[in-house]
Amino acid sequence: MTRKQKRLSVIGGGLFVLAVAAALVLFALQQKIAFFRMPSDIQTSDVESESRFRLGGLVEKGSVVRGDGTRISFSVTDHVKSVPVTYDGILPDLFREDQGVVIEGKFMPGGAFVADSVLAKHDENYMPKEVADSLKAKGVWQGGSKQ
Amino acid sequence: MTVELGHFALVLALALSIIQAVLPVLGARRNDDRMMAVAVPASFTVFALIALSFVALTSAHVLSDFSVQNVFENSHSQKPLLYKFTGVWGNHEGSMLLWVLILSFFTALVAFFGNNLPPTLKANVLGVQAWIGSGFLLFIVGTSNPFARLNPAPIEGQDLNPILQDIGLAIHPPMLYLGYVGFSVCFSFAVAALIDGRIDAAWARWVRPWTLTAWIFLTGGIAMGSYWAYYELGWGGWWFWDPVENASFMPWLAGTALLHSALVMEKRSALKIWTVLLAILTFSLSLLGTFLVRSGVLTSVHTFATDPGRGLFILAILVLFIGGSLALFAWRAQTLAPGGLFQPISREGALVFNNLFLTTAAATVLIGTLYPLLLESLTGEKISVGAPFFNLTFGPLMIPLLAAVPFGPLLAWKRGDILAVAQRLMTAFFVALLVVAFVVYRTSASGVLAAFGIGLAVWLMLGAVTDLSIKAGIGKTSLRGMAQRITGLPRSVFGTAFAHFGLGITLLGIVATTTFATESVLVMKPGDGIRAGGYTLRFDRVDAVKGSNYTEDQGKFTILNDEGQPVTDLLSAKRFFPVRKMQTTEAGIKTFMFSQLYVSLGDAAKDGGIVVRIWWKPLVTLIWLGGVVMMIGGGMSLLDRRLRIGAPAKSKLGKAKPQPARATS
Repeated sequence: MTRKQKRLSVIGGGLFVLAVAAALVLFALQQKIAFFRMPSDIQTSDVESESRFRLGGLVEKGSVVRGDGTRISFSVTDHVKSVPVTYDGILPDLFREDQGVVIEGKFMPGGAFVADSVLAKHDENYMPKEVADSLKAKGVWQGGSKQ
Repeated sequence: MTVELGHFALVLALALSIIQAVLPVLGARRNDDRMMAVAVPASFTVFALIALSFVALTSAHVLSDFSVQNVFENSHSQKPLLYKFTGVWGNHEGSMLLWVLILSFFTALVAFFGNNLPPTLKANVLGVQAWIGSGFLLFIVGTSNPFARLNPAPIEGQDLNPILQDIGLAIHPPMLYLGYVGFSVCFSFAVAALIDGRIDAAWARWVRPWTLTAWIFLTGGIAMGSYWAYYELGWGGWWFWDPVENASFMPWLAGTALLHSALVMEKRSALKIWTVLLAILTFSLSLLGTFLVRSGVLTSVHTFATDPGRGLFILAILVLFIGGSLALFAWRAQTLAPGGLFQPISREGALVFNNLFLTTAAATVLIGTLYPLLLESLTGEKISVGAPFFNLTFGPLMIPLLAAVPFGPLLAWKRGDILAVAQRLMTAFFVALLVVAFVVYRTSASGVLAAFGIGLAVWLMLGAVTDLSIKAGIGKTSLRGMAQRITGLPRSVFGTAFAHFGLGITLLGIVATTTFATESVLVMKPGDGIRAGGYTLRFDRVDAVKGSNYTEDQGKFTILNDEGQPVTDLLSAKRFFPVRKMQTTEAGIKTFMFSQLYVSLGDAAKDGGIVVRIWWKPLVTLIWLGGVVMMIGGGMSLLDRRLRIGAPAKSKLGKAKPQPARATS
């Protein structure tokens, strides 16, 4: 191979890999991400869409109902609206009424939410950052700020 | 008093760091030996001062001095002694102090071992280290003072976050930081080379031990963090593609690429500019990781306190160092003499292939990690990018790379013969194929993907074995001859083989656990039993137990074998920490060979039973064992003669008689 061919083959191979990676990334960004919503942000188009969502808010006081076995239902609220949620599985240690929660799953026709995971991602103040920010933005933030 | 002493030492370290950041670099420009000579004693003194400061904070924690705000917020008099020590870095201020402690430690090591470096390079490297040190010391002194006092002093502390009250906190953060911060040395060498405008193969040899050291610790830190999350969170997951995990994974990918590209530079004097860029990028990704984790833009157990001022400060450091070094690179890179071109089919070519895939993979992880942050700051739309994204982007990029790994070490430098190498790998290939067929046969069609994954893992492991046996002269010489040749091989050959073998082990664990794990969630009452992985798990009872600073509900289980005989007991508990009003899961885990039975307790169900989640995780421990084997490989490579700092170059590899080892530590 001549010098030029060598260089071309290396550069061409590199560009090919980059192009494949870029295509994968673009495809995955369209298909594989989950949108974050608070209960009062939910649009009808969200409920009808097939996309995955993360729903954030507070676990509404008095809404937690344990069903048979590991089934559980509760409502997620942002003090403006609330969404009924069903879940089958073990709840994270820090799941409690009136405290922040983020759940991931899909909407059912009618607006109920079926969660496939309940996330306990939060900091020392027991509040996921997304939820705290949104509650503050809506003016219904009730927690004190420690910092 | 001790506390004030610690604070004072920290401020003094900052002042001295600034001097170290300026004088040696100026001296290197002016060829002034006296100015350059400042660097070494300054490095030692800064390290001593920060160590003193760290000891002062540690003593405040161990003695439960609640007049110190940091101790008050993160400790409790009832906390076990081990966590009083580890709690020092289980918070924002302390962890940043640990960060600079390790940075100054590495700087002092460079100063100590760097006697054979050209004086200007050494002065520049130590100067750049001091730039980084000054930036972070300023950050600590200015925004995150760990020594702030409270008046009046509280009587009792607020206790450490219970999730952090674990042996993992003693191992994971220090190891991860040794890795993160270790790459600062590579960064400083790269920037020093750019300032100097000179770079040669010797540079790669000087940088390699630091890259290896950092890589070994980062590997260990990530593996330990993964195992910690696995047993502590009670979800049985070992990797979540959480931004915080990605923050440590990106420097690992880039650092692995750097290890490989530095080889090309050392042996063939090529890829110089690329290697310098990689060294800068690797540490930039470490800085980015520090920013993501410490600034509070993400929520996780790693985020301690969210103070916008701190986030901005770290962002400023980030922009300054990444932007500055890349600008310097753009300006000075063309002054470095470029290396030669080479044949695509050769060891160099294989290493370029490795770099191409590793950096592309790192880039996809970077996009997945930063895209949600960018999108939110630009449009306000909040999204989460999780495992589905990374499985689709990162996964496909790894397959060709892993498939190519066994070829690399067998290809010759300069001009490789791919057909000859393929012939040598025949046995490994057919055995891997047999394994695929066997797995497909045993699991029916559903396991085809998994079968190929396992085949790939076997291919990687056998590839490493083939490499060693060919270099030992299998089939060409007697057993004794082979033994002789094996002992004569450079240790880095073993390093490569072990690291690649470890990669195979990890892959095997990942594939087996992901595809063949079984999970059951059910309500159990005392006496109930359930099958899991060839055993029966029987639930006996729940006991309430009081611990040092917690109470717990202990679920007692018995594991029975097929004959119904008890094999062993298993405890799985939920702990409640009254000070923080927090609950944690203490999962019950029993290891059978390489597989594990994992039991975590849920809440009490309404009919008197308790929710129990049970996983059978086949070969799961291989995921982390592979990491340990990779670390051993790195360690062997580090012990290679040619990498010993100050060791004279041997005339011919493997031919010279063994000489008495030089003391290096």
